[in-house]
Amino acid sequence: MVEFRLPKNSTVGKGRIFTATPGASNVKNFRIYRWSPDDDRNPVVDTYEIDLDKIGPMVLDALIHIKNDVDSTLTFRRSCREGICGSCAMNIAGENTLACLKPIRDIEGDIAIYPLPHMPVIKDLVPDLDGAYAQLRSIEPWLKSDTLPPPDSERRQSIEERAELDGMWECILCFCCSTSCPSYWWNGDRYLGPATLLAAYRWIADSRDEHTGDRLDALEDPLKLYACRTIMNCTQTCPKGLNPAKAIGRIKELQLERKA
Amino acid sequence: MNATTSPLTGSYRIVDHAYDVVVVGAGGSGLRATLGMGAAGLKTACVTKVFPTRSHTVAAQGGIGASLGNMAEDNWRWHMYDTVKGSDWLGDQDAIEYMCREAVPAVQELEHMGVPFSRTEDGKIYQRPFGGHMRNYGEAPVPRACAAADRTGHAILHTLYQQCLKHNVEFFVEYFAIDLIMDEEGACRGVMAWCLEDGTLHRFRAQKVVLATGGYGRAYHSCTSAHTCTGDGGGMAIRAGLPMQDMEFVQFHPTGIFPAGCLLTEGCRGEGGYLTNSKGERFMERYAPTAKDLASRDVVSRAMTIEINEGRGCGPEKNYIMLHLEHLGPEILHERLPGISETARIFAGIDVTKEPVPVLPTVHYNMGGIPTNYHGEVIRPTADDVDAVVPGLMAVGEAACVSVHGANRLGTNSLLDLVVFGRAAAQRAAATIKSEETIRPLPPGAGDAAIARFDRLRYAKGKTHVADMRGKLQRTMQKHAAVFRNTESLAQGVEKIKEIWSEIPDISINDRSLIWNSDLMEALEFENLLANATVTMAGADARHESRGAQAHDDYPDRDDKNWMKHTVAHMNEAGDVTLSYRPVHMKTLTDDVQVFPPKKRVY
Ligand SMILES: Cc1cc2nc3c(=O)[nH]c(=O)nc-3n(C[C@H](O)[C@H](O)[C@H](O)COP(=O)(O)OP(=O)(O)OC[C@H]3O[C@@H](n4cnc5c(N)ncnc54)[C@H](O)[C@@H]3O)c2cc1C
Ligand code: SF4
Ligand code: SF4
Ligand code: FES
Repeated sequence: MVEFRLPKNSTVGKGRIFTATPGASNVKNFRIYRWSPDDDRNPVVDTYEIDLDKIGPMVLDALIHIKNDVDSTLTFRRSCREGICGSCAMNIAGENTLACLKPIRDIEGDIAIYPLPHMPVIKDLVPDLDGAYAQLRSIEPWLKSDTLPPPDSERRQSIEERAELDGMWECILCFCCSTSCPSYWWNGDRYLGPATLLAAYRWIADSRDEHTGDRLDALEDPLKLYACRTIMNCTQTCPKGLNPAKAIGRIKELQLERKA
Repeated sequence: MNATTSPLTGSYRIVDHAYDVVVVGAGGSGLRATLGMGAAGLKTACVTKVFPTRSHTVAAQGGIGASLGNMAEDNWRWHMYDTVKGSDWLGDQDAIEYMCREAVPAVQELEHMGVPFSRTEDGKIYQRPFGGHMRNYGEAPVPRACAAADRTGHAILHTLYQQCLKHNVEFFVEYFAIDLIMDEEGACRGVMAWCLEDGTLHRFRAQKVVLATGGYGRAYHSCTSAHTCTGDGGGMAIRAGLPMQDMEFVQFHPTGIFPAGCLLTEGCRGEGGYLTNSKGERFMERYAPTAKDLASRDVVSRAMTIEINEGRGCGPEKNYIMLHLEHLGPEILHERLPGISETARIFAGIDVTKEPVPVLPTVHYNMGGIPTNYHGEVIRPTADDVDAVVPGLMAVGEAACVSVHGANRLGTNSLLDLVVFGRAAAQRAAATIKSEETIRPLPPGAGDAAIARFDRLRYAKGKTHVADMRGKLQRTMQKHAAVFRNTESLAQGVEKIKEIWSEIPDISINDRSLIWNSDLMEALEFENLLANATVTMAGADARHESRGAQAHDDYPDRDDKNWMKHTVAHMNEAGDVTLSYRPVHMKTLTDDVQVFPPKKRVY
C-alpha cells in the first residue's frame, strides 16, 4: 500500500506563515510538514507562530491548538494524550517521539515537526504503517502452547518468570524505534525492525509459550534479524523507555546458543 | 434521520460489502465480540476508526474484577451484591448476576489467551483491592481487581488483538462509521463507513451490526477519556430513532491529575494510597467509616467536592485534593504502579515516591448508553413490550447500557463488562443467525441519508468552526451536568444546549478533501457528542432524586418509590428529547442467588 509515497526527488517547498496574534509575548515557531494527496502540489513546511501562554505544555497541545484555533486542515493522529495508545508518533526536532509526551520547553528554538521518517505519507503527519503492521503479524505475535491450560483456573507463572516480560509487553507499537533505525530505512521490506523483533522476543521469553524453537527458526535469516547492526537508535528513541536493542541482542544470543 | 432531498455537492465512490456480522469498534468489547463471532463460523468484519490497539481500552489501568479469591476468600455473590449496591439499585440484577458469575471463567480465558497478568507468590493472577469491592456483603475491602501492573487495559487489548490476528479477523482499520442503515420495519440492515486512507465510502450489508464504539467523555471539557471517545455509536443510534438509557449517569473519577485530567487509577488507593484536604486530614474517614478511601467513586468524588466547596481544598486557589502514595515506598510503586508514577512525573512534574499528587474528580465513564439485554441485543421499548428487541442490532461495552452499572459503575467492572458481554453477544449472534440465511439485499436508497449528512458537513460553509461549537458544548456540560446538580443550573444547561442546536446551520469546516479529512471527522464526531450530551442533560433535568452519579441538591435523597426506573430518551433531528421510563429488572437469572432489595447505601 504505497499508493501515496512521494516521488523520490520531490522537494519540500516553503509554505505559509501563520503569524501570532498581536500582543502575544511568549511566541514559539512550529514548522510543520504539510502534504495532501488531494492536490498535485509538492510538500511544504508551514510555519505557525504560537503563543505558548495560551496552550498546555506538550507538543500535542500545540498541534491541537493549531487545529482548533489556527488551521483546521492540519492533520495528525492522536487519541489518548497520555502516551499509551501510540497514535501521535512523529519526528519532533529531529527525534522520533510521541507528541503527547514531548514537553515544548525541552526544545530550543523553532520546533520542526515531520511524519515518522522513511514511511509512505498519507497526509501531513499521518504515515502509512500498513507495512509495519504486516511485519508484526508475520512473527505470529500470540501465545502458542500445545499443552492445554487447566480447564478452570489460570496457568501458573512465577513472579520471576513474569518479570522476564517487563520492558517488552508495555510496547505501544508506535514504531518510533523502527523508523529511527538506519538498517530499517534501507531494508525495511526485509528487515523486521526493532519493534517487531521486540514483540518476537516477548513471546520467546514467555514461560507459557512452547514454540521458542519455531520462533527462532523463523527469525534465522540474514535480513529479517541480522540486518540489525546494533546502532542503538531504537533504544535511544523509544518514548516508553524500552530497550528493543537488548531484546534483539538476546535473540541473537539464543541463536548462537542453539548452534553451539 | 438527517435525510435531505437536496442534491449532493460532491460525488462519491461507493464500495459494497456483505457480512453476517459487522462489529463497529475494536476496543475490548468489539474485539471480544469479533473473536467470538469469527470462531462461531460467522463471516465477520470489524470496522474501526483507529488501529485496534489504539482504542481507548488501552488506557485502562487498575484491573478487571473477578472473584478468583487468589489473595483472600471471595465469592461471585459478594461481587454481585457490591455491583448492585454500587449501582445504587438501578442496575438490572439478572444482567449483574450473569456478569459476576461469568467473571471468573472470563478472566481465566484472558490468561489462557496470554494476558501478562502480574502474579502472586504461588504463580496465580495478582489481585488488588478497589473501590466498592467488599468481603461478605459489605464488611471490608477485598482484593478482587485482577491486574497487569497498572496497565491492565493495555495488556488485555493487545492480547485480544493478537488473538484476532491468530484467527485471521477481517479488519477495516481507520474506517469511520457514519450511520446505521435501517429499513422500513425498523430493523438494522447495515452501516455506512468512510475509509480515511483513500476517501471512499463503504456500504456494509449485514445480518447483525454490533456497536462497540465506547463512551462520550469528550462531551466534557475535562475528562480522562481519549480524544476519540465521542459517542459515535450513541449518535448513530439516536439518528436511527432508537432510544438511549440512563444517560444522566456520568461517572466522575476521584483522581484525575489536576489540571491535566489524566487518570491515576483507583488501584493507587487499592495499594494503600489515601486522600487529604488542605488541613492534611484524611477526610474520607468521615464520609465512609468502613471503606474510607475505597468507597464507591460517586461517594469519594462528592466528598472531595464538598471539601473543596467548604474551603478545605489545597493549593493557592484551594481547588484540588492531595493523593498520597509516598508512604508506599519506591519498590511497591515501581512494581505495581509504574505507569502512574510515570504519568505523575510527566503531567504533574511530581515524583510520587516523595510528594503527593494534586487531583480532582474528572469525567471518566458513561453508565448510560444504548439499552440492551444481557445477550447484547438492543432494546426499543414498545407499548406492549418494555424489553422489545431491535432486529439486526447489538451493542456492547461502554457504548451500551446492559445495565450492569446502573447509576454508578464500580472500578474494574468495565473491563469485565467488555469481555463478558462481548462474548455473550457472539454467542447470541451464533445462535440467532442461520448461516444458510442469505444476507438480504438492502432496501432502495440504503445509505443515502448517511451520504447526505456526510456531504452536508463536508461542504459546511457557516461561520462557526467545529472546535468552537465543541468548546461551548464541553463548557456547558462541565458546568451544568457536574458532580452536584440543581434545578436552576440544569434548566440553564438545557437552554444552552438548545442554543447550540440553533447554531448548527452555522457550522464551518475548511478542509473539503476526502482522504484523511480530520476536520470533517471532527465535525461528524461533534454531532455525535451533541446528541449524547442533549439526552444526558434532559435526563438529568427530569430526574428529581439523587442516586449514584446523579447528586441533585434540590432532591438530596434517593426516591425508590418514584425513580427506581431507567430513563429512556428519544431525540428527533431538531434536538428535542422525549423521555419515558422502563422498570429495573428486580429478578435474578437463577435460584443460586436472591434479589437484593434496595437499602440505604453506606460504605
Ligand atoms: C484512563 C482510564 C482508565 C480506566 N481504567 C479502568 C480499569 O482499570 N478497569 C475497568 O474496568 N475500566 C477502566 N476504565 C474504563 C474502560 O477502560 C472503558 O470503559 C472501556 O475500555 C471501553 O471499552 P469499549 O470496548 O467499550 O470501547 P473503546 O475501547 O473506547 O473502543 C471504542 C472503539 O470504537 C471505535 N469507534 C468509535 N467510533 C467509531 C466510528 N464512528 N467508526 C468506527 N469505529 C469507531 C474506536 O476506533 C475503538 O476501536 C478506564 C477508563 C479510562 C478513561
Ligand atoms: S540496534 Fe539494531 S534495531 Fe536498533 S537502531 Fe540499531 S540496527 Fe536498528
Ligand atoms: S519499542 Fe518503544 S519505540 Fe518501539 S514501538 Fe515499542 S514503544 Fe514504540
Ligand atoms: S495520543 Fe496516545 S500516545 Fe500520544
